[in-house]
Amino acid sequence: MADALSVPVTIVRVKKETPLIRTFVFDTPFVFRPGQFVMVWVPGVDEIPMALSSENSITVQNVGDATKALFDLGPGNKLGIRGPFGNGFSKGEKVLAIAGGVGAAPLLPLARADCVMTLLLGARSESELLFLDQLDECTDVIIATDDGSLGHHGFVTALMDDLNLGAYDRFAVCGPEIMMRAVLTKVTEKGLAHKTEFSLHRYMKCGVGVCGSCCIDPSGLRVCRDGPVFSGEVLQKSEFGHYMRDASGRKKNL
Amino acid sequence: MVSIRPGPITAGGVTLDNHLVLAAGILGTTGSSLSRMLLLGAGGVVTKSIGPVPKEGHAGPCLVVLEDGLMNAMGLPNPSKDFVEELAGLAKKPVIVSIFGGNAEEFAKVAGWFSGKAAGFELNLSCPHAEGYGAAIGSDPALVEACTRAVSKTGIPTWVKLTPNVTDITGIGRAAEKGGASAIVAINTVKAMRISTGIRRPVLGHGFGGLSGPAIFPIAVRCVYELYEAVKIPIIGCGGVSSADNVIEMMMAGATAVEIGSAVYGDVNVFDSIRKDLYAKNGIAPEEIVGCAHG
Repeated sequence: MADALSVPVTIVRVKKETPLIRTFVFDTPFVFRPGQFVMVWVPGVDEIPMALSSENSITVQNVGDATKALFDLGPGNKLGIRGPFGNGFSKGEKVLAIAGGVGAAPLLPLARADCVMTLLLGARSESELLFLDQLDECTDVIIATDDGSLGHHGFVTALMDDLNLGAYDRFAVCGPEIMMRAVLTKVTEKGLAHKTEFSLHRYMKCGVGVCGSCCIDPSGLRVCRDGPVFSGEVLQKSEFGHYMRDASGRKKNL
Repeated sequence: MVSIRPGPITAGGVTLDNHLVLAAGILGTTGSSLSRMLLLGAGGVVTKSIGPVPKEGHAGPCLVVLEDGLMNAMGLPNPSKDFVEELAGLAKKPVIVSIFGGNAEEFAKVAGWFSGKAAGFELNLSCPHAEGYGAAIGSDPALVEACTRAVSKTGIPTWVKLTPNVTDITGIGRAAEKGGASAIVAINTVKAMRISTGIRRPVLGHGFGGLSGPAIFPIAVRCVYELYEAVKIPIIGCGGVSSADNVIEMMMAGATAVEIGSAVYGDVNVFDSIRKDLYAKNGIAPEEIVGCAHG
């Protein structure tokens, strides 16, 4: 082992992606696989897990105290970064990526790796579609919005019905858990769960597989170390889509 | 290297499948995680410490990985009474419930929730970074004795986990023994701090925390050695154990069994790998080596 303290990085640019989502670009690149995450230390506030949206950026939705504090920071401010951690998505040749909301963040580097044939991009409304331009440059993007302001009016899962799913060798999914559970139901019906990978979000403390706060039922697998990307087969009969645990370890229904 | 004979053992009133117990605070937050560790070869498991009210723990960073250990300040996050249902699938398994409280009454209250559901209790009188709990109580022999008695009178095996952050650990060990402890667990983490020179702040959100892993193994061996000469009850060695040879060394210092925690960071299968190195059918009886380093 070597000391793996947080690496201090300096924010060089903040990009407003949508009304709720910002990208924080820092001065230090990290070697990573798409789907891996880092623990982001906002000094004096907290440390939170975030997917890398590129080798030197995280893309964050303002959802809690730590992300709110992060949104108050700008160029010149410092963060601590531990990681990258976790497994990341497995490699495919012809991947169908399915993104919901800020879930597009870990899928952008996958699309840039040139293995994504098609990407289904969903959000609440047109203004909340994340990385539309960047994704358009590297893959075929099909859009769904909950309010119908752009693309298909409805959930991103409905777009799967219009595709020949047999044309893809892997499916990579990241988004709100309710949406991912709907995708799991669909790929299970079609016998494709074993080819589908989901990137999970759970409350994490250590990030390195020792504290147990992110373990999922009933396997006891650690989202931070055994995941955060899991095969659909592992998730079929699990807590996924039903409940998760809070910082104290108490269960809360989705 | 010395090999010992395999087979179930009894340590401090608890029957274990082998000498290697999962330490408190490691992968012990959920029932399914504890089940997984038993499947992966742990001879018994200690749960996350459970207290009288739910706690979210300290703000992060809660843990950093160092060259020869881990440093953490979790802050005793726990679901309190909700944890009882986590143990539903673990009936009759070697599950030791770690508990903490601010006084003897709180220890007794929490222990009461798990009556009939735990093979034993481990009293956390040693967490170095939770104000009013853990080592705050565990440094005072009178409080240690009172809290131990409040739980041991249930008749359920009661292990007491000690902090090394005291001048004389043997005085605390004797107090636990007097309070009716079935075994001493030594040691909890060593109070520690690192500072990020880039960020100019302590690397843990709480400031200081507890050091575990190979860095503290020599401290743990010394504490077990001293306690072996001070108390008659069994000692469970804990602190930086990460190989079969470490287990043998702990036993020679006086440990009846060991707990393993931070080594899970290197490999979640660490129990199985140590087990393979530790046991041999023609190995010697464990009793032959427990405490054998004492002249």
